[in-house]
Amino acid sequence: MVDVDAIVVGAGPAGACAAIALARAGHSVVLIERGPFAGSKNMYGGVVYPRILDRLIPNWWEEAPIQRWVTRRSTMVMTGTQALTVDFRSDAWGQPPYNGATAYRPDFDHWLAGHAETAGAQLLTSTTVTGLLRDADGRVVGVRTDRPDGDLTARVVIACDGVNSFLAKEAGLYHHADAKHFTLGVKETLALPKHVIDERFGVRGREGVDIEIIGCTSGVNGGGFIYTNLDTVAVGVVLKLPALAAQALRPEEIIAGMKAHSAVAPLIEGAELKEYSAHLIPEGGLTMMPELVTDGMLVAGDAAAMCLAAGIWLEGVNFAMASGMYAGEAATGALRGGDTSRAGLAGYTRRLADTFVLRDHRKFRRAPELVLSDRVQHRYPQLVAAVAERMFRVDNPNPKPGLRRILAQERRRAGVSRRDLARDGWAGLRTFG
Amino acid sequence: MSDDTDDRVGDETWPEVSFQDRMDTVRFDVHERAHIVVDGTVCADCSSRDCVVACPANLFVPTSDGGIVFNYEQCFECGTCYLVCNREGAISWSYPEGGHGVIFRKA
Repeated sequence: MVDVDAIVVGAGPAGACAAIALARAGHSVVLIERGPFAGSKNMYGGVVYPRILDRLIPNWWEEAPIQRWVTRRSTMVMTGTQALTVDFRSDAWGQPPYNGATAYRPDFDHWLAGHAETAGAQLLTSTTVTGLLRDADGRVVGVRTDRPDGDLTARVVIACDGVNSFLAKEAGLYHHADAKHFTLGVKETLALPKHVIDERFGVRGREGVDIEIIGCTSGVNGGGFIYTNLDTVAVGVVLKLPALAAQALRPEEIIAGMKAHSAVAPLIEGAELKEYSAHLIPEGGLTMMPELVTDGMLVAGDAAAMCLAAGIWLEGVNFAMASGMYAGEAATGALRGGDTSRAGLAGYTRRLADTFVLRDHRKFRRAPELVLSDRVQHRYPQLVAAVAERMFRVDNPNPKPGLRRILAQERRRAGVSRRDLARDGWAGLRTFG
Repeated sequence: MSDDTDDRVGDETWPEVSFQDRMDTVRFDVHERAHIVVDGTVCADCSSRDCVVACPANLFVPTSDGGIVFNYEQCFECGTCYLVCNREGAISWSYPEGGHGVIFRKA
């Protein structure tokens, strides 16, 4: 006899969607959360792409706790004293079904877990899962928690326990976890009156801005971001762990450097720090992904390294929601068929392979390494900014040198060979094409 | 342009909040048991001290006798320290008891 049909560990976006799928199919589900409420342990930069919810929560935009709809998306290339921005704006992104949205994770995740409860899942907060229960054959049959009568058994366990996933590690599913696959995200949530944010960022009402920045991390491989919430601005950096450890600069000093840049400082001047926060990101993509299925257990969300850190695309919550939903559906099928072995649960991997979850990760599998490579991180921002500065500078009485000459001179000055440029251009086409 | 604005141009010292003020913006419900334990004797022969630089909460403090003191109370539970640590057995890492530790804010 087992206690419940399914245990879902972690009430983040993956766990909540897994629990919704299972509970709606009529199964008994316990959704376990170590924080005092769903979302209380969760932090990200600030943008979510919720279209995957169309299936689970039709018209989700009418009720989701969204801060602003991203209608302006900027990409900024920065050096210590320069910045070149490509700025895109779309009115369509400010109307249903929208595109990206800024939201606080404690709000968003709490809301989503509420749907799991409404569907019939039992949400158990303030409960830390300390390990797996396994039978003599090694099959996962439940979890151990830090509650007094803490063991809980089930026919299937879905591990949505986040980036550090001790459950996936305990089950032996991780073979490639290495510091180089992780980045540290640190963020300041800075309070400003709404009308000031609207004026400084050129938006109105619920319109919002997403600025992604390269070259702003004081020489540590990574990137920066600025997102507008209703009455706060999220400013942060994402730092590759080995590169960060090798530097003498601490994370908050790197943020301070970015905030002092002339392209950033006027946007946040006078803002008051409301919250400082930090979280790890599994940026390695397909390279670091664990095995996703074992006897009696599935892994989804950050626990399965589902974050897509592909430079142009920086997504995670949508991959978590989708992988959680497909895990819940696959578990439902396995429970109906009476077989929750690895073979019985194989529908999960099939669903991921047929949808954007694994298709995007396979297509852009080379992107994380390219985006965090030394040339893309350090030499190209310098090259691009120098070319822009020379191009727009009126240097009278000197005659204009012409673009080809500027490019050749600045390429040499940045220490980029023609071969590097050709090779990286080809790599870029292969990676993103 | 006001004088105030002009003063800021070229000023490299942005008026930053102190690190303690920074950490005071974060809500913690601290449990009496330390969820992370650092064995300072293992750290004694480590020269790289990656944890000291990388921990976003600045919880690893080098001591004058060459060891490391770790304070668990204001921990983000992020996992950076055990990932960058290159000394087997130096850091014993687990999550805090249910309901305890860092609690990020709602809007």
